[in-house]
Amino acid sequence: MKIFQVLCSKRLFACFISVSLVSSAIGQLRVEIRRGVERPVPMAIVPFSWEGLGAVSPFDVSGLVAADLGQSGRFAPMDVRDMVSLPSLPEDVRFQDWQIVEVDYLVIGRVIEDTFDAYTIVFQLYDVLRGEPIVGYRLTASGAELRTASHRISDMVYEELTGLPGVFGTSIAYVSEQQEGDETRFRLIVSDADGANPIIVADSPDPLMSPAWSPDGRRLAYVSFEGAQSSIYIQTLRTGARERVSARAGINGAPVFSPDGTHLALTLSRDQGNSDIYMLELATQVLTRLTQHSAIDTEAVWTPDGESLYFTSGRAGGPQIYQIAARAGARAQRVTFEGSYNARSRISPGGDRLAVVHEDRGNYRIALVDPDTGLTQVLSTGQQDESPSFAPNGALIIYATQEDGRGVLASVSTDGRIHRQIVSVAGQVREPAWSPFPRI
Amino acid sequence: MTRSLIVLALVVLAGCSGNNATLPDSEAGSAAASGTNTANNVAGGATTTGMGAQGGLNVSRETPGEGSGPLSRLVIYFDYDRSEIRSDSNEMLAAHGEYLSANNDAQVRLEGHADERGTREYNIGLGEQRAQAVRRLLLLQGASADQVRTVSYGEERPAMSGSNDEAYGLNRRVELVYR
Repeated sequence: MKIFQVLCSKRLFACFISVSLVSSAIGQLRVEIRRGVERPVPMAIVPFSWEGLGAVSPFDVSGLVAADLGQSGRFAPMDVRDMVSLPSLPEDVRFQDWQIVEVDYLVIGRVIEDTFDAYTIVFQLYDVLRGEPIVGYRLTASGAELRTASHRISDMVYEELTGLPGVFGTSIAYVSEQQEGDETRFRLIVSDADGANPIIVADSPDPLMSPAWSPDGRRLAYVSFEGAQSSIYIQTLRTGARERVSARAGINGAPVFSPDGTHLALTLSRDQGNSDIYMLELATQVLTRLTQHSAIDTEAVWTPDGESLYFTSGRAGGPQIYQIAARAGARAQRVTFEGSYNARSRISPGGDRLAVVHEDRGNYRIALVDPDTGLTQVLSTGQQDESPSFAPNGALIIYATQEDGRGVLASVSTDGRIHRQIVSVAGQVREPAWSPFPRI
Repeated sequence: MTRSLIVLALVVLAGCSGNNATLPDSEAGSAAASGTNTANNVAGGATTTGMGAQGGLNVSRETPGEGSGPLSRLVIYFDYDRSEIRSDSNEMLAAHGEYLSANNDAQVRLEGHADERGTREYNIGLGEQRAQAVRRLLLLQGASADQVRTVSYGEERPAMSGSNDEAYGLNRRVELVYR
């Protein structure tokens, strides 16, 4: 069996973990599976044993792993009460115990307290049908990092069993709007992908919009209306420091980072009042105009190679998606032809598919478009679905929808089989943006 | 460390959040509602509009948003996905144009809005087109460019919440905010 050493210290998002104090003040999100795969894979995640001071582990590592894998919609972790035995060491595993309850895979493990605030987690994944170990890992973490470490274990198990990198350790940014007395508060929030650990990164009585991650996951660009004008800010998540990068007359909107992080594509209207796409080099503030059309051009997104951008334009009447090279004077090519309304595209990590807002018989829904053929496949089932964003593994899309007149988030697998609702406990939430993979 | 991060972020934002120039949603809602009422008055009350049209020179003595004349209206409404100004708003915008022309110190911010249908940033574009259509008309009426500023809130500050035609109609608007 392979044993790898994975260090969880000093990780990018580790700084978020210690402030769960804040969580109680703002609405936490809760994931509910609305439709999973027809036969999720049965598995058993045995509660990890605890070796340390105190009666129990300071964090329920195996509980979070089971919750993660269950929430993915692809696996059905069995109830602990139905387990015949609770092994934590490889020599204690009896495959018959698990074959009899018909689970396909088994995870066992231990949480060991090495010294004060230093823990080692050891776990093994088994193929029950074959009666063989698949893989085992060893991770070290501080107490504050145990949640991150647990998501990392979920990611490793998920990747081992599906061939796709897991996204349990990633983050989402979203906008929340909450009525507080006479005042409306707009908040930009970053949380774990499962909605846990929400952190307010910006809070304003004026609207906040359009969060976009930098490719290294360390910064967010967003639009703020403080001072009764639109401005684009780039905020460093770790420090909270932010810089206003555009506050020109008229619209300053729809910011997105280039894949190398050196440029921002954005929408400006300047004095003429007409939205066009521009490219801003962040180091020099040099602005390059990419589109020039009397119709609305907005909602740009870069292709992964950084050579071109997709954007929404109303130049054919209703909004449609166009592509243009990332240089001045290039000509735009129309990409979407199916339906009268296609807008706000986001591109898959592989660059082969676009997620768009597509009008489907009077409803706004999330659809996948093949940019080469224009072939369109509707994925969501709501009436006001918008703001799609791909998970960094390309297998899921998170988007905003409405439930009982309230803004909530939802996700759908790109094969259309798994639908999840991410329910907000308080306030309305919208404009989700899925982070890149955290840098280890 | 992390808590100081939050505090820092809040302090940074607190410095910028002290403006009261924008109408809270509740006021925006009542402004929109009174705008509708005034529109009804204009349609049913020929006396007030007749006075304004004949004695146009005394418009400057009125104050925007007060009274019952065309200058009292501070909101104009638009058709779905359109930014052309409806003919029923011409008289009101003419009054505001003349007011700005006669009062060089007056400054107005045109806040463009859209209904919730369609994507958010596209609606920002639509709100800006509406605000710019109003701005062009005010400039034609004699207002100067530095008196009139635009901002588009798209669908972010609805006058009325709800996914129905009444709310949509009240939300497709430009509000005139004098400073």
